[in-house]
Amino acid sequence: MAATLMHGKVAVSATVNEEPVDFLCEPRESLLEVLRERLGLTGAKEGCNNGNCGACNVLMDGQLVNSCVVLGVECQGASLTTVEGIGTPALVPLQECFLQDAALQCGICTPGFLVSAKALLDHNPNPSEHEIRWWLAGNLCRCTGYDKIIRAVQHAAEQARTEG
Amino acid sequence: MAKVNIPAAMRSLTGGESCVEVAGATVGEVVAALDERYPGLAARLTQEGPAGIKLRGGLTVFVDGEMPLGGLKARVGPESEVYFSPAIAGG
Amino acid sequence: MATKTDEMIPATEADAAVYRVIGTRPVRPDGVDKVTGRAIYGADVVLPRMVHGKVLRSPYAHARIVSIDTSEAEAIPGVLSVITSKDLPSVQATAKLGEGGEVNLGHLSGNVLAREKVLYQGHAIAAVAATSPHIAAEAVRKIRVQFEELPPVMDVRLAMEPGVTLLHDDLFTETAGEKAAQPSNVAAHLIAEEGDIEAGFAAAHLIVEREFTTATVHQGYIEPQNAVAEWRADGQLTVWCSTQGAFVVRSQLHSILQHPISQIKVVPTEIGGGFGGKIPVYLEPLAAVMSRKIGRPVKMTMDRAEVLMGTGPTPGTYVMVKMGVDRDGMITAAQSSMAFEAGAFPGSPVGAGVMTVFAPYAVKNVRIDGYDVVVNKPKSAAYRAPGATMAEYASETVVDEICRELGMDPVEFRRKNGAKEGDWRAFAPPYPRVGNLECLDATEASAHWRTPLERQGADGKLRGRGIASGYWFNVGLTSSCSGRLNGDGTVTLLEGSTDIGGTRASIAMQFAEAFGIEYEAVHPSVVDTDSVGFTEVTGGSRTTYATGLAAVELAKELQIRIKGELAKLWEVPADAIAANGAVFANNGKSLTLKEIAALMEENGLQIQAAITVSPTGSGGAFATHIADVEVDPETGKVDVIRYTAVQDAGKAIHPSYVEGQMQGGVVQGIGWALHEEYVYDEKGQLRNGSFLDYRIPTTLDTPLIETIIVEVPNPGHPYGVRGVGEVPIVPPPAAIANAIFDAVGVRLRDLPMSPRKVCAAVQAAAG
Repeated sequence: MAATLMHGKVAVSATVNEEPVDFLCEPRESLLEVLRERLGLTGAKEGCNNGNCGACNVLMDGQLVNSCVVLGVECQGASLTTVEGIGTPALVPLQECFLQDAALQCGICTPGFLVSAKALLDHNPNPSEHEIRWWLAGNLCRCTGYDKIIRAVQHAAEQARTEG
Repeated sequence: MAKVNIPAAMRSLTGGESCVEVAGATVGEVVAALDERYPGLAARLTQEGPAGIKLRGGLTVFVDGEMPLGGLKARVGPESEVYFSPAIAGG
Repeated sequence: MATKTDEMIPATEADAAVYRVIGTRPVRPDGVDKVTGRAIYGADVVLPRMVHGKVLRSPYAHARIVSIDTSEAEAIPGVLSVITSKDLPSVQATAKLGEGGEVNLGHLSGNVLAREKVLYQGHAIAAVAATSPHIAAEAVRKIRVQFEELPPVMDVRLAMEPGVTLLHDDLFTETAGEKAAQPSNVAAHLIAEEGDIEAGFAAAHLIVEREFTTATVHQGYIEPQNAVAEWRADGQLTVWCSTQGAFVVRSQLHSILQHPISQIKVVPTEIGGGFGGKIPVYLEPLAAVMSRKIGRPVKMTMDRAEVLMGTGPTPGTYVMVKMGVDRDGMITAAQSSMAFEAGAFPGSPVGAGVMTVFAPYAVKNVRIDGYDVVVNKPKSAAYRAPGATMAEYASETVVDEICRELGMDPVEFRRKNGAKEGDWRAFAPPYPRVGNLECLDATEASAHWRTPLERQGADGKLRGRGIASGYWFNVGLTSSCSGRLNGDGTVTLLEGSTDIGGTRASIAMQFAEAFGIEYEAVHPSVVDTDSVGFTEVTGGSRTTYATGLAAVELAKELQIRIKGELAKLWEVPADAIAANGAVFANNGKSLTLKEIAALMEENGLQIQAAITVSPTGSGGAFATHIADVEVDPETGKVDVIRYTAVQDAGKAIHPSYVEGQMQGGVVQGIGWALHEEYVYDEKGQLRNGSFLDYRIPTTLDTPLIETIIVEVPNPGHPYGVRGVGEVPIVPPPAAIANAIFDAVGVRLRDLPMSPRKVCAAVQAAAG
């Protein structure tokens, strides 16, 4: 159970990208703020701050969440995966396919798409085009028109199937 | 003589002429020659700037199909075609 | 998986030059950073002792500011500074800011912080700096402002009426340098004219005249505006921000703050989309002024509602188009009158609307009037081919109607009347070599056009197909690059152009091609305003063209310097040395670039150069798009089920990123066509200021976008590059409107063509 400390902050213990992490945050701070401002993990981006764009997507206990609408204090005991936790030290096929297929232009939505697509492929290694579109509909991209993103996810799934 | 295309909104000053031939080795000289023949054109094409007279804000000049540097000092050839155009913006 | 074709078609065999690097598809240099979360965007910048700023925005669309009381806000613990327009110097002059556009600095400054009046809901009034963003937000709510409400002017045509409320008492309509006697909301009247339209219409067999309106829409970049400013005690100001042009931010800061340009350094971070909207400054001057006051770095970011309310949308418009044709389908006359919302201050892209409305056609008798009109909406900013989409939506829909009336194939009509080299265009000399007809040929030959459409969809849905063409310019302007040959034979390439969509790659590829080295041996960086020569914005479809040209010139300059050093070493004249790719030779002696690089390092020498170019030979681009739609006549919902974009790219340097520009532009165009719009109530309050309610297309709203790249080289670039970024947004609304007509027989002349409007039109047609 989290305890309230001085300056109105709360101590929270969680696992972030497989490392144990303790942090202090105000009860009003979102998980996105905690990741970016307190833990220095700026890979998750703020595009809307109300759960509509997916740029802040992270995995919380394996579940895809918009970290802007999760409170930092809700993460006590949780296991979190951010884009920084994908592909270290070597890139994973999903990241390679995003690069090969030019699936990003400005790149601001890319962390969210990667986390979201990873969550999809983790539980459905052989998604149809429609399943990919359905799953990624919560991730907004204004540059690519989605075409190359869809194809990169398809290619990553193909690679994982042939290599796995 | 350079061939100058007069913007439609300034043709009241040229008696409706859309293309006028004047002499001038620079855009500035072309403007001066135009103004001599059609008084008032220079006031419409140019304005006072911090470093003297300059092309009016929002106007671009084309000489022989290209947008030259130098504004009023840009060179004009004896057979050049000169256009004055509202500048465009892009995203 | 859906059928999908991507093709590349050189215009002629002679155009199909063979390149070593150009035309390949390497991974972008910044790619790994962007797929691992490492890339630093503006909001990711953190400095020691940094504090956070927030903006107070107007709740009213139009009101006089009677008083501002900041005392309660200032008393909150953690609040360090509160500023209003009194903290900005009064500026009046005009200046050239980006792409040749002239900006009134009083308006620019007045948009950054409102002075006597607020002119739109969301207009910035004050800013607060505090130790946390939450405290700053609290303090903003404690600033007391007394307003005197004024009637809002929200509609572009109503704003032009005599006797209507004026936004600015000192705004007089300017017509080609002449000012009107009485003030009005019409800032400018533009006129383009050629031939004799009365005679042209008199000779017509068929005349179609229609009126169109389009809603205000936003660029919709995913990354909100941001800025971090640090003003040192010695007056040196450094600003980190997401911008399309660091040098243009520098000049705006110089003008607004009246601070010497030599004391301002702008560091462009990675940028999360711009589309024209990240050229004006909003937060940068506020962060700078507060940093000066408190002596600590200040970071400011907007939230999504602030982005929609406070930053540049693209105008809502009214466009009338009238075209006459003879019995053979030749255009005899064309006329248009268009009024664009500039927003709160003058400067809509109506000029470009005038220049593009009939751009795909050879017209001999033509008259076009354009009006730049202020209304109580955010000051409009550029948005991808600004002005062209609205204008060409109107003309391309009228053309489709004419084709239907005449029973003419729409490709054939466009080819018969199509603009080509030497034809008239508004406000500019006749066309140079352009690829309009080549795009039409490629459209006709495409798999999409040749595959008949199944007319019936599931559940009573009806399908239709439409096409539309579009034109957009590209501009030249100034670009700089500098570079040095490293000891290992690689090259460090410094650029002033912000990379929004892969231009580090397209510029490095041109350098590698020209210098004779591998793409992987070029290491490009986008650097700050102290570290490279002046460079104009990434916009106007100019970066791959103009900065690419700078890179080519840089390669040539470096070769000259290498020859100069080798000449001394070999004791021969420099011009006796031959450079063949990366090998330099004279009279049997030869050295590779790698050997030369090592030799220079050994001798303590550095081959380096800096280049600035301002090319004048830019080449515009045409596109033709094919849209298949499925319309549900019960609900009015329109789905785009197949889409092909054909575009003249001149020469595609990195085809994947050219395709990406085409696909991205198309999908923005689909959003504009079908569901994006600012919804205002009668008091001028924006009712849909979030990504939930301002609906940009998602993965579920779009098909795969097929692309056909046509390559008609631009004679003004050594590799034939044309700008590719903007024109793909132009044809979609008209192509989709024409497809909707093909499906259900109704013409939609008001964007967006939302389900409500489509449903109403279908029902009205059914009686």
